[in-house]
Amino acid sequence: MNAFARIVWFVVKKDLTVEVRSLEILSTTMFFAVTVVLMFSFGLVVDGRPLNDVAAAILWVAIAFSGTLALGRTFERERHNDTLRALLLAPADRPALYVGKLLGILLLLGLVELVLVPLIGLLFNAPVIQQAVPLLLLVGAGTLGFAAVGTLFAAMLVRARSRDVLLPIMLYPMTVPVMIAGVRGTAALFQPTPDAAVAQFWLSLLAAFDVVFVVLALWTFEPVMTD
Amino acid sequence: MLVMMALAAGMFAVAPWMIDAAPYEATMGLVYKIYFFHMPSAWMFLTAAVVAGVASFRLLFLKRPRADHWVTAAAELAVLFGAFTLVTGPLWARKAWGVWWVWDARLTSSLMLFMIFVAYTLLRKYGGPGSDKLGAGLALFGMANVPFIYVSVNYWRTFHPPTSVVPTLPVEMGIPLWYCVTAFTLLFVILLRLRARLEHQRARVEALYLAEDEA
Repeated sequence: MNAFARIVWFVVKKDLTVEVRSLEILSTTMFFAVTVVLMFSFGLVVDGRPLNDVAAAILWVAIAFSGTLALGRTFERERHNDTLRALLLAPADRPALYVGKLLGILLLLGLVELVLVPLIGLLFNAPVIQQAVPLLLLVGAGTLGFAAVGTLFAAMLVRARSRDVLLPIMLYPMTVPVMIAGVRGTAALFQPTPDAAVAQFWLSLLAAFDVVFVVLALWTFEPVMTD
Repeated sequence: MLVMMALAAGMFAVAPWMIDAAPYEATMGLVYKIYFFHMPSAWMFLTAAVVAGVASFRLLFLKRPRADHWVTAAAELAVLFGAFTLVTGPLWARKAWGVWWVWDARLTSSLMLFMIFVAYTLLRKYGGPGSDKLGAGLALFGMANVPFIYVSVNYWRTFHPPTSVVPTLPVEMGIPLWYCVTAFTLLFVILLRLRARLEHQRARVEALYLAEDEA
């Protein structure tokens, strides 16, 4: 394994080890995501039937909200005992640190979505099993785009004041294209006759955003994290 | 500088007569004339975003600390001209399309860019020390959106007219349009320089205070 991959693996292993001991962030984020889905369901279900396309919207809003929380709390952990500074002082490529952190967040959000997507299928009779593969690709690509920007901004904000509210303020406008593409693609898959072509279009748009965001984030991580 | 300010003031004073001289449009009649202020301010909005992005690049990658003053100035102007565009647009839309707002590609992405720069302003105000670098990162991402906004009307079916409208305008409409674009550009340059200079002087006063504290 070359040096870059080794650093990435070290960072991921460290985060996994810390998290597995208490499971604090995973369990609370997952429960929060479920609560968000339920809250929106109560609001948007009329006469026992959900409004059209609402299942896709609720899924992505829940991902966005729980993702923001997970990002904030993961980096809050790095703030205690100044472990982020220790990471930055280590003789490691900054982009490798970023990728390691990103993979950790992706893993966390992936586990949460593993619970959310079947829940959406259950509550709204959405065809999650029939559309499993396209759905997997869409949700994966959208989460990657969201997490790429989120990891960068959350790492940037670790030493800032008012970081709790500044993270959503900065993150949500930037990830609007990801949200739109995700919701429209998922809604196309959830229709009575699923529209694969439309979903494919939004998926390719998501892939393009992912490439742009990840490259931009890798590029910006180093100068922004130096003090 | 004073010459530019006098010129801009004069141009804006004369503008209503220039706009009045333009002919009525086929379907919208008098209402379309808000375009003569809406489009230049939209262009200044996008220009401010690009200036903020370029200055952010200079701050982060070329390590020029004074570029931060230009990022702050350009971001505030992006909020100003963006607000102007997002108010004149719906005012026109209500009359031309019958609705205040539609969620098409151009409007949604413009609103998003506006929110990014509002977020920048909030970050600079409440983020504490070190938020100049953070804001620069945010502004860089914001600038990456600008080309997308501009071409969005050409690739998606939207309510908003495509960019091909501008070169094909008749001369009587073209003259007040480019006149207003010049006036707005002058205004933009004046405001940018004034705000950047103000920011530079604020930074100097702050440095002097800190030096005095240490003494």
